[in-house]
Amino acid sequence: MDLIADHISHRFGALDVLDDVSFTVRTGEVVAIVGPSGCGKSTLLSILGGLLQPSKGVAELRGAPPADSLNPLTFVFQDFALLPWCTVEDNVAFPLEHTALPASERRAVVDDALRRTGLTDFRGAWPKQLSGGMRQRVGIARALSVRPAILLMDEPLSALDSQTCELLMEDFVRLLANGAMGAVYVTHNLEEAVRLADRIVVLSRRPGRVRETVTIPMTRSERGAGEARSRLTTLQGELWSLIRKEAIDAEREVQHA
Amino acid sequence: MLDRAPQRTEDAAKEKPRPVEFRGAGFVPRTGRYSGWMALALVLALWQLAGSAGWVNPLFLPPPSAIAAAIWKLATTGALWQHVSWSLMRIGSGWIIGTVAGVLVGFAIGLSTLARSVGITFISALFPIPKIALLPLLILWLGIGEEPKIATIALGVFFSTAISVYSGVDAVPRNLIRMAQSFNVPFHAIVRRVIWPGALPSVLAGFRITASVALLLVVSAEMIGAQFGIGAFVLQAGNLMQTDQLLAGVVILSVFGLAVGKLINLLEARLLHWR
Repeated sequence: MDLIADHISHRFGALDVLDDVSFTVRTGEVVAIVGPSGCGKSTLLSILGGLLQPSKGVAELRGAPPADSLNPLTFVFQDFALLPWCTVEDNVAFPLEHTALPASERRAVVDDALRRTGLTDFRGAWPKQLSGGMRQRVGIARALSVRPAILLMDEPLSALDSQTCELLMEDFVRLLANGAMGAVYVTHNLEEAVRLADRIVVLSRRPGRVRETVTIPMTRSERGAGEARSRLTTLQGELWSLIRKEAIDAEREVQHA
Repeated sequence: MLDRAPQRTEDAAKEKPRPVEFRGAGFVPRTGRYSGWMALALVLALWQLAGSAGWVNPLFLPPPSAIAAAIWKLATTGALWQHVSWSLMRIGSGWIIGTVAGVLVGFAIGLSTLARSVGITFISALFPIPKIALLPLLILWLGIGEEPKIATIALGVFFSTAISVYSGVDAVPRNLIRMAQSFNVPFHAIVRRVIWPGALPSVLAGFRITASVALLLVVSAEMIGAQFGIGAFVLQAGNLMQTDQLLAGVVILSVFGLAVGKLINLLEARLLHWR
């Protein structure tokens, strides 16, 4: 199943946020969206996921999702969005409560999602008892429980410390390894983008336009090797040089707002 | 070139180290386990002493022992239960009617643009009116009997409940609602599984307020027009200068308020343990 951003523009009142953004996320592909602060990355993700109606243009799906997918477009949120009155297990089961899955299968799906995210021993814990990294794991387990075709990840690591980021990044690489699931990964962190994405869409400062689309010339499994790392670092530097001036302008704009 | 720290002199090296002064004390008030009870016992003892020693006229301020004796007498003659049961019936009926209506209207205002536009205008206009002032009008409408007293309590409870419920609904983090929508969770399930538990802290805080409002209004309404009930009993005792009976009624009201407060504490501990 492909996800298509077709000439999407968006305004909040008098503020132009996105301007004529178009790109396609193909089946199993991971596309990162990067750009300066306030360029409309998260707004674009909300539009792609059907949580916001664009002022112009349209978000479209092409092709059928996998037969067993309960929610083809599934978000992983920056602030985790866990229900504080539910245990880890109940949070993961929450999206399944309103589906036609029989109870036994629902339990099996939850068990599998908890196992894949290393949360089996924490199923009875409350969100307030967990660290930020563990909370995000619950958010990922919840997303996996509905077998998404495309994960929509809105800066999923930005609220976490660097060591936790590293561990979760390894988890993402593992989860996306077989190409069964695609992702749109919004981030301001270029290192995350080059490590995870097949393609990187670079947005300009507000109103966000597609400034450049960069293809990463190697598979994710190849990116751990020494030579690949230096190539990725070079690529990261090139991306930064694309964004740097606009990031400075955007920061000043925010400070003067 | 970076600034460098100045070289330590020989004299500074010979100085005896002194501890860094602690400056973080205070601003963390705590409740002592026994201090409140001890203070209460002390005040009661002083009060009793003042009465027994004749420092105050018992007609104006009867000692605690006289109040306890009055309560005991009320209990043994059955009058206590008669008055309390009437008050409880009025409070219970008025509180339940006002709460059910307040929760429904509060949710409607919290969830519907139309209900919000209309409802907040009416609530803002009617909430500040002292509800006891409406009792004569309610007697005119509903007749002399229990209905106007119950309606007065229900009105007082309704407005506070509606406000606390829609404030609670407004306070539910929007990201949780967006999360549920992103999983295609149906509207009724979002209300039941996300909005209701999210609004519950505010709803329970509202219950605490409405319990006090109901107590205030039942006493006022019973003072205006009732033969039985704690308010009527307190008024009769005051008219007959039976201050020990009067204060017995006040103590019963205080115990009732404390019991409701404890009940809500228990509810909060049970329903909001996740906080």
